[in-house]
Amino acid sequence: MKFPMKTLAVAAAFAFAAGAYAQAKKDEKKAEPAKPAADAKKDESQISGGIVKIGVLNDQSSLYADLGGQGSVVAVKMAIADFKAKEKGLNVEVIFADHQNKPDVGSQIASKWIDAEGVDMIIDTPNSGVALAVNQVVRDKKKVFINSGAASSDLTGAKCSPNTVHWTYDTWMLANGTGSAIVKRGGDTWFFLTADYAFGHALERDTEAVVLKAGGKVVGKVRHPLNTQDFSSFLLQAQSSKAKIVGLANAGGDTSNSIKQAAEFGIVKGGQNLAGLLVFLTDVHALGLDKAQGLILTNTFYWDQNDASRAFTKRFAAANGGKYPTMVHAGVYAGTLHYLKAVAALKSDDGTEVVAQMKKMPTDDPLFGKGTIRVDGRKIHQAYLMEVKKPSESKGPYDYYKVLATIPADQAFRPLKDGGCELVK
Amino acid sequence: MGQLLIGLINGSFYALLSLGLAVIFGLLNIINFTHGAQYMMGAFAAYFLLNKLGMNYWWALVVAPLAVGATGVVIERFMLSKLYKLDHLYGLLLTFGLALIIEGVFRNEFGSAGLPYSMPSALEGGHNLGFMFLPNYRAWVIGASLVVCIGTWLLIEKTKLGAYLRAATENPKMVEAFGVNVPRMITLTYGFGVGLAALAGVFAAPIYQVSPQMGSSLIIVVFAVVVIGGMGSILGAVITGFGLGVIEGLTKVFYPEASNTVIFVIMAIVLMIRPQGLFGQR
Repeated sequence: MKFPMKTLAVAAAFAFAAGAYAQAKKDEKKAEPAKPAADAKKDESQISGGIVKIGVLNDQSSLYADLGGQGSVVAVKMAIADFKAKEKGLNVEVIFADHQNKPDVGSQIASKWIDAEGVDMIIDTPNSGVALAVNQVVRDKKKVFINSGAASSDLTGAKCSPNTVHWTYDTWMLANGTGSAIVKRGGDTWFFLTADYAFGHALERDTEAVVLKAGGKVVGKVRHPLNTQDFSSFLLQAQSSKAKIVGLANAGGDTSNSIKQAAEFGIVKGGQNLAGLLVFLTDVHALGLDKAQGLILTNTFYWDQNDASRAFTKRFAAANGGKYPTMVHAGVYAGTLHYLKAVAALKSDDGTEVVAQMKKMPTDDPLFGKGTIRVDGRKIHQAYLMEVKKPSESKGPYDYYKVLATIPADQAFRPLKDGGCELVK
Repeated sequence: MGQLLIGLINGSFYALLSLGLAVIFGLLNIINFTHGAQYMMGAFAAYFLLNKLGMNYWWALVVAPLAVGATGVVIERFMLSKLYKLDHLYGLLLTFGLALIIEGVFRNEFGSAGLPYSMPSALEGGHNLGFMFLPNYRAWVIGASLVVCIGTWLLIEKTKLGAYLRAATENPKMVEAFGVNVPRMITLTYGFGVGLAALAGVFAAPIYQVSPQMGSSLIIVVFAVVVIGGMGSILGAVITGFGLGVIEGLTKVFYPEASNTVIFVIMAIVLMIRPQGLFGQR
């Protein structure tokens, strides 16, 4: 024992530094305290604390971090800059945190943000389990929740709230876009590979309904834990089911792992086809075109649609380490923009009033074009049925999709009366 | 039947990883929490060797473990070696911290969605065995890891080098007195264990996405395997690795929702009945 104290100190310091590293990454932006409420009196408008504070709550470190994550923070900052908030006299701040895909962590952060840090609006929040928990917190505290990343159609159905806007996509849309297109092409027997939590269950339920309605049959399903590495067992079950279509009701890393391993087991060569019910640009990027080619998917935003989306993408990629935006990032940008317009119009950041104002005003942004927000909180816009290109068809980085069909806005989402939302009279 | 085989293939990953852990714990008394990150580094090393240096999979099988093993040597030399005289806990904290740092750095650099790595063309395709479709690559993995596992076991149990190693952990002063450079031997042992993790990473790269969190999702399971097998028991680690792979595979058929937890249930039962693990000595 030469230097026991020294080694001990080094070891302890190292461990602490390491542990603190991950936390510090998450907390980086939390340090700025909200201005004291006294400032509000000086302010003539009804902005609480004089600051409009936006909290980006999503997965910053695990399987959904690329499709949302830091990219969503970039998108919010771009929206604030494009809105020219400063010139319009709005003082807007952004903070972010990692919900770790745990509903309890997510709702705890949301509560803390709203109660102690003066957060007025929470945005993004992929993972339907977390989203439904945050949905309840925001409703109780009468703030604003704009969801872009989560898919569960329950957010505007059974669990709809006067404080929530569901922007980008949902399970009903995915099911009807991809599901019905595939049944029409002859894929009438299905086997589901479903992520075992709120999102997977909702997507499976909505897709099954579409398949049955179109005269198809579901011959089996298997539910796998979230963030599974090895799908071989499940794929073997899918294979022996002899279903024509293996429907992947999962997302992010789960989807890319199941597609990659399906190729290995010769699922497609054996005559079965994969239906990626929720596939993001980042998933295709991670798989590579030779594995992903031919996949049919439904999307509401693609970077290479028009000049506005390409211009946005150029700026976004420059700020996001060269990575292109997913539809989740686009929804976060557009949602923030519309939120700020409503706050400016009302001169107030009162949650329930702002959401009512957001529904009153038509939406208009460079990424989704003109649209509306329905009384149940559903943002309405077009969707696109897309196919992943062959490697030979792709001309450059992220040139991955071709559009098979455009689903008009009035058909893309669940009819208002079918959702069972209490706000619909 | 097919599911049993699949279970064995997953088991071969568990066995390979827990083998490295068991070697490191058995001979160094270090609970190496960095093992998952080192497995991930092996997969990334294979990716870089292919895309930056044009080295194919077969070269990666040799070069990646050596490269990652070398980082292990550095870690042992400059960090772990300062901790041997302290409680186990310090080694655990250090390696756990290192794992967080390594994973964080890789995540910041490469994102979380993962990177593509193609299968070597010689091993593409597969055979229809009648009861299941067996991809060639998986057959190769199961065979190769069996060879590595048996080889390592022979090396430690049956050779002179292995005898020195085992003696050095019992009584380092005595072995040193015979003219053996014990610190260097320990350094190389750690490097070897880390190399085994990296080798498993290269095996995994064509099957799973090469992603920063691929290690953290496996490491807990692998620790359970080591605990069930008996800490430090090499034979225990290998046999339990394969066995638990099979049990997990069967759970995926009969009650898939529990496939993530079944290993821990078994761990709890084993620890209740036989606290030292199935093959542990006390």
